[in-house]
Amino acid sequence: MDKIPILKIGHFLMVAIQVDLYDRLALNLEADLIQAVSKYNAKGVLIDISSVSIVDSFMGRILGNIANMSKILDAETVIVGMQPAVAITLIELGLPLKGIQSALNVEKGMELLQQKLPAEAPLEDDDSTF
Amino acid sequence: MIVLSSDKIPISKELDMVVFRNRLKELAVKIGMGLVNQTKLITAASELSRNMLRYANGGTVLMEIIKGPTQNGLRITFSDKGPGIADITQAMRDGFSTGKSLGLGLPGAKRLVSDFEIKSTVGKGTTIIITKWKNG
Repeated sequence: MDKIPILKIGHFLMVAIQVDLYDRLALNLEADLIQAVSKYNAKGVLIDISSVSIVDSFMGRILGNIANMSKILDAETVIVGMQPAVAITLIELGLPLKGIQSALNVEKGMELLQQKLPAEAPLEDDDSTF
Repeated sequence: MIVLSSDKIPISKELDMVVFRNRLKELAVKIGMGLVNQTKLITAASELSRNMLRYANGGTVLMEIIKGPTQNGLRITFSDKGPGIADITQAMRDGFSTGKSLGLGLPGAKRLVSDFEIKSTVGKGTTIIITKWKNG
């Protein structure tokens, strides 16, 4: 079974969807990401969809679910790199992806997540320094 | 209406949807359809093929390149032998769903294509025909 890799970068998790998404794969990604947010205590999730040429209502709903579930676990989600044709189609389809933050590219998305990060958050848990 | 080419494939599992979307993409590129219209058509087709899988346990899709009065286009016929739709007006309304979905599939797909036709008989099945012209 195909699997979309989840990368951990500092406080954040990053996913680049580079394959044709089918429903089972999208559902697995949702479950894996939420598990990873909890496991790594991640503060942000960045999803790069620049290689995704189709987002229909099912995949849109999965993206929304990921954002909402992460929020409950205290992590922000940013979707980056949406193709203009996909954005146009989503709006006409009637799926404005409310509540999902987006950025133009990975770099801008990372900046957005950094800004949301509480200033005092240490990168490593280190109890010895005080 | 002249049919220039025709291709029929079954949709019986999720991965068939991927094959179908790719095949449709090839045909859209072949007739010179622009990227935005391609995306709209394939998204609509994705919604309708998922409906067939979810509510009718699958069906078939017929993909045709057609020659219209002013331009070429793609016509896709989705046929299933599922339970049929009792109230089409209700099914075409935004936000209505008998399943757990968002209820955007049918009305959303209709907005994304040039022409949308639906015929359904309870107990016999549903046929949906969509057409997307090359330039809209």
